[in-house]
Amino acid sequence: MQILDPILQTHGLSVYYDAKKAVTDVDLDVARNRITAIIGPSGCGKSTLLRCFNRMNDLIPSARVEGQVLFDGLDLYGHDVDPTEIRYEIGMVFQRPNPFPKSIYDNVAFGPRINGFQGDIAELVERSLVRAALWDEVKDRLKASALSLSGGQQQRLCIARALAVEPRVILMDEPCSALDPIATLAIEELMRELSEDYSIIIVTHNMQQAARVSHYTAFLMVEEARVGFLVEFGESRQIFTNPEDERTEAYITGRFG
Amino acid sequence: MVRADFDKNLEELEAELLVLGEMVEKAIIKSMDALERRDLAMAYEVVAEDDLIDEKRFELEEKCIDLIATQQPLAVDLRTLLAVLHIAVELERMGDYAEGIGKICMIIGDDEPVETPKQLPQMAKMGVTMLRRSLKSLMDRDTDLANDVWDSDDEVDALYAGVCNQIFLDMGQNPKTIEASTHFLWVAHDLERIADRATNIAERVIFVVTGRIGRYKYPSEESD
Amino acid sequence: MSIISQSQFQRRRARRKWMGRAFYGLCLLSVTIALGMLALLLVYLLIQGVTGIDWSFLTSFASRHPDKAGIEAAMLGSIYVVIVAGVVSFTLGVATALYLEEYAARSKFAKIAKINIANLAGVPSIVYGILGLQIFVHSLHLGKSVLAGGFTLALLVLPIVIVAAGEAVRAVPPSLREGSYALGATRWQVLWHMVIPQAFPGILTGVILAVSRAIGETAPLIAMGALTFVPFTPDSPLSRFTVLPIQIFNWTSRPQAGFQEAAAAGIIVLLVILLVMNAGAVFLRNRFQNKWEG
Repeated sequence: MQILDPILQTHGLSVYYDAKKAVTDVDLDVARNRITAIIGPSGCGKSTLLRCFNRMNDLIPSARVEGQVLFDGLDLYGHDVDPTEIRYEIGMVFQRPNPFPKSIYDNVAFGPRINGFQGDIAELVERSLVRAALWDEVKDRLKASALSLSGGQQQRLCIARALAVEPRVILMDEPCSALDPIATLAIEELMRELSEDYSIIIVTHNMQQAARVSHYTAFLMVEEARVGFLVEFGESRQIFTNPEDERTEAYITGRFG
Repeated sequence: MVRADFDKNLEELEAELLVLGEMVEKAIIKSMDALERRDLAMAYEVVAEDDLIDEKRFELEEKCIDLIATQQPLAVDLRTLLAVLHIAVELERMGDYAEGIGKICMIIGDDEPVETPKQLPQMAKMGVTMLRRSLKSLMDRDTDLANDVWDSDDEVDALYAGVCNQIFLDMGQNPKTIEASTHFLWVAHDLERIADRATNIAERVIFVVTGRIGRYKYPSEESD
Repeated sequence: MSIISQSQFQRRRARRKWMGRAFYGLCLLSVTIALGMLALLLVYLLIQGVTGIDWSFLTSFASRHPDKAGIEAAMLGSIYVVIVAGVVSFTLGVATALYLEEYAARSKFAKIAKINIANLAGVPSIVYGILGLQIFVHSLHLGKSVLAGGFTLALLVLPIVIVAAGEAVRAVPPSLREGSYALGATRWQVLWHMVIPQAFPGILTGVILAVSRAIGETAPLIAMGALTFVPFTPDSPLSRFTVLPIQIFNWTSRPQAGFQEAAAAGIIVLLVILLVMNAGAVFLRNRFQNKWEG
């Protein structure tokens, strides 16, 4: 299926850890200002694929990437591309909320500060917290420790922190798997709101969440050689009611994986 | 085996649906029989037994809702459960038509010497065949068979048009038969609706297999 | 339905209870012996020496007469030498730990280096004294000075700081590092803004251990040329010096009873200095540690 004007594209993307191939030959288009979900059984390389988009795999010495990842046409793995620059544009939220052991304010201000932001940081912090639907709950205690927040609040804080550097894409690696159901639904609603202004890619092992939240879904699978590959990509509505590939259907109906 | 319980539940559900189909089939045959033989006792039985059909349908509906709520079905499982739900309703309506024929039989009574138009048993027979085949197409997930059922509806429609014309002619020629003829028109209508419902069932079968909703043939009408 | 019949268990409840009590008693006994010894030592010291501590004791120099003996020179010498050792070992130690744990993390070099550093902590301290004599006193022409003494001790305690700092840096959760990188931080920014502040309590622990070790060292300083009889206070980093342990040792080897008392008093002063330094570091550590706990 064709995505018009994708914000991110991969062409023949493969990832190796030393000699072992983890993900093979993925061609994926990510739609602008939409939520794209990546689903698949454990070990299929969903997180590995996600981390290619902001070059977080660079932090793993044994990781090697082949193929292209294009961000609005720019090859992210080109010779003169600085990974830290990419990460301002493409932010990330992790599976377990990882607020820094600082105040709520300092958490959100961390990104802008280290990137040399010259403007009004207090205003930026407020704007980010508002957009992350957390402002009302913390506006009276910005100096309190971030660790005093509940799990769901901490994850929203991490989202605010990512938003503060004004990215265009937000990567989410199973953002709700450590949260209770109510907090999960709050984050999902937030995602839907954010997708109007940001392009979001979410990795999730929760099928119902992918169905609820995403506009497009990519299904990755792994076969005996333990190499992950893309099986099917399409509109979520279609994938979850009538997928084209029988492997997709088998996974979605819980008959394997 | 993952989801073995769920698979078993789905199998049992479809089996129950076939049981309902059989009940409806018998009801149609019995009602037509009663009409032809002016057997009032049999007609009365058909009317009474419709309650059982209604009960069975609600049973099936509840089971479907149960499974949808507790199993979070997706893709083919979701389509199957929705189809079973719809088909149960179609079958129950077909049962109602059979009941209607039984009631008409009781109204006509055993003293009117008016002949039953011969197309009516023909239509009933075709309707039953279509019902049987549509349920078989569900069992076998056979879209070709489902398409055949859909096509058979044309024949029933032709018969319906024919019997209506004939009844109008008879009414015109012999005004004393108007009352009985009107009843027969109603029976013809019920039988035509039965056939129609069978095509609805066939449509649902196509939905389960292909995920496509709506009236179209498969595969000839598709471009991709 | 039970598969194992109850009779197969020989519960031996009584025996287990008894063993539990015996073990508890053993632990209690050990604590009593250890603390008892310490208490005895402290009491002995206090009895012997507390009467000798007065202002003149603290501000006089050593002399041949027991009642005129003072520890001003030794006290100041100890403080200066330990400060030099502390600063040098802290800087070198933290930088080394960062290199080994962050920059060269998975390399073979780092693995070998870490093993060797841990072993260095067990080298007899006099070896460092001889090393210090050769390198700092002679080759670098620092003479038998406070600076040379401080450097020598710094070398001695460096493995302690490196190991403690290394562990502290390793203990910083990877999630904090990842979170920082994901916001566009460079490696240096991650270390400076996230890792070092987080590891600081652990690093301070290393410094406390190092300083406590350094202040009590005698042999290496004697080997590199610290004096035993110093009638002046060290006035520059390059002046000659003595330290408290040496002075104390000197007094204990004299026959007069007055000197024994002076030695005890000296030990008390040494302990007090040590306590004050440790208390300061612990205070600092607590401030950093509890700051951002939820």
